[in-house]
Amino acid sequence: MTSGDFKTSYKADTAIFQTIWIKLWMAGLVVFMIFFPFWAGPYLTYVVNLAAIATIGALGLNILTGFTGQISLGHGAFIAIGAYSTAILTADAGFPFWLALPVAALITATSGLIVGVPSLRLKGLYLVMSTLAFSFIVQYVIIKWEGLTRGSTGMGVPSPKFFGHAIDNDRAFYFLIMPIVVMAMLFARNLIRTKVGRAWVAIRDRDISAEVMGVNLARYKVTSFFVSSFYAGLAGGLYAYYITDISPEHFPITLSIDYLAMIIIGGMGSILGSVFGAMFVTMLPEGIRIAADVFGTSYPVLVDRFFEVKVMAFGLAIILFLIFEPTGIYGRWIKTKIYYKSWPFTY
Amino acid sequence: MHQQSNGYQLEIKNLSMRFGGIVALDNVSLGIKKGEIFSIIGPNGAGKTTVFNCISRVYTPQRGEITFEGHNILKLKAHQVSGLGIARTFQNVELFKNMTVLDNLMLGRHHIINCGVIAGGIYLGKAQRLEIEHRKRAEWIIDFLEMEAVRKQVVRNLPFGTQKRVELGRALAMDPKLILLDEPVSGMNLEETEDIARFILDINEELGITCIIVEHDMGVVMDISDRVAAIDFGEKIAEGTAGEIQKDTEVIKAYLGSEDLVVGRRVEED
Ligand SMILES: Nc1ncnc2c1ncn2[C@@H]1O[C@H](COP(=O)(O)OP(=O)(O)OP(=O)(O)O)[C@@H](O)[C@H]1O
Ligand SMILES: [Mg+2]
Repeated sequence: MTSGDFKTSYKADTAIFQTIWIKLWMAGLVVFMIFFPFWAGPYLTYVVNLAAIATIGALGLNILTGFTGQISLGHGAFIAIGAYSTAILTADAGFPFWLALPVAALITATSGLIVGVPSLRLKGLYLVMSTLAFSFIVQYVIIKWEGLTRGSTGMGVPSPKFFGHAIDNDRAFYFLIMPIVVMAMLFARNLIRTKVGRAWVAIRDRDISAEVMGVNLARYKVTSFFVSSFYAGLAGGLYAYYITDISPEHFPITLSIDYLAMIIIGGMGSILGSVFGAMFVTMLPEGIRIAADVFGTSYPVLVDRFFEVKVMAFGLAIILFLIFEPTGIYGRWIKTKIYYKSWPFTY
Repeated sequence: MHQQSNGYQLEIKNLSMRFGGIVALDNVSLGIKKGEIFSIIGPNGAGKTTVFNCISRVYTPQRGEITFEGHNILKLKAHQVSGLGIARTFQNVELFKNMTVLDNLMLGRHHIINCGVIAGGIYLGKAQRLEIEHRKRAEWIIDFLEMEAVRKQVVRNLPFGTQKRVELGRALAMDPKLILLDEPVSGMNLEETEDIARFILDINEELGITCIIVEHDMGVVMDISDRVAAIDFGEKIAEGTAGEIQKDTEVIKAYLGSEDLVVGRRVEED
């Protein structure tokens, strides 16, 4: 007998994709994702690639801020460290892609440790300030340490090569990035539902009782910094490969705010929310760009002040979400799902 | 098992704790035997919760010793105490409000589950095996405390009485040898109170867990305790069986003017 939501084993109950319908949906999604770049054309593929890279970064920030409750304004700096590590390892040390990317992510994760350990005593606003300070330091170092980073000139990043074929167009990148994004999501999802993730959420919700339950606060906070910056390193590395030329202006201080916007808008403490938020925040400037093309002649401000308009739009989106939908797009998604599940019995 | 020379499982000697000018505990000594239900009573602000906070290392007392089965607790950090087999609940319910009941219990098993970042992230294999294994124990506790109906609910949405029960479950999930219960029935109605009293007796008898209870409900205290200690202004003023404590003049004096002792809920309702 198969009734509603009755699981016959804990194994079935702990599966991520539980019903046959969800499995079918997922299969359909995979098929769609495989055909997407052939149907979509280079521009849309490019935007989706950027959103996918941002998803990895947003997952990382969500781990630290959404799940562990440690608010950081330094995530953009970790993305920059990941990008520059990848660029230097590839361009100067001649590392192949498959080695450069994980090593760069580990370097970034280690820098996360360096920030995490002294931040252990800091909470809330003080942590925000110290991570912000870290961002400024990283930016300063990138600009000033010309021997390593080429300073404000920026540096080129050779394209990844597989069996002699360079991955150098949007479609090829799509097929490189997507499996990594899916793995990053699954890894994060699994982490969250097992011991480490539960400890993070426990720290976020009630750190004192977490400690009494045996959670070593220092260790798990630092672990959260580590894993979070590992994700940032992956995102930064992929970004460097994708845009092929990186310079300090790709990693402004406001990049950290973009990432905060992603998890607030998408949904704090939600894996799927990281995807939604990354898509929203990546596509919003593209939307403004399109608006600038269309309305640019009547509203030149859209073109002249593109950056400011973008930042304002983010600010507005964050404020609106905080006021009207604090659980983010993910929360709205869940509510909509519940609505349709019980439809037409909507009481 | 380490049996201490005097037969106590938990021994507190000359414990003193000050907060600035406030003396919360003054030279308090207590001995709790394995398998006992031991209650600590006293008026508001007497220092009862402070005793628990010292045992669970949330606070560090200025003076005194606490030994549990031969281990010096004061040498440990707060997160290490659970490893000795000491669990507790909190006076004001300190659950993880955004987690489900089940996840709260699973977090209680944190110190028993041995799974790191990589195994957890990959899940298949070790982490899955551990999750299922420990899930069984958590489900057993949910059945034991009759919480099946709320198993998958987020704690934040549950009524206070149920939250207190979840917190008891979380403490049990730690597989403790000793459990510290800070006002387990406060804010509960008669029926809930009787349920919890029954659970405490079951936990003590069936699971063989030593219980230390801080409670203002004298009906419950006198019903279920093997021994009782009374604290007033940070000092232990009496110790003995329930019967002895009820007759103790110091205790009656401490409670004079306070309705707590005599007018327990049971007396009121009967
Ligand atoms: N963290 C702290 N900082 C300052 N004073 C404290 C702290 N914790 C406890 N105290 C003080 O220590 C004294 C004992 O407090 P405690 O919480 O142990 O009392 P209690 O016996 O549990 O009372 P109640 O029955 O009201 O829970 C009180 O005067 C209290 O104000
Ligand atoms: Mg108290």
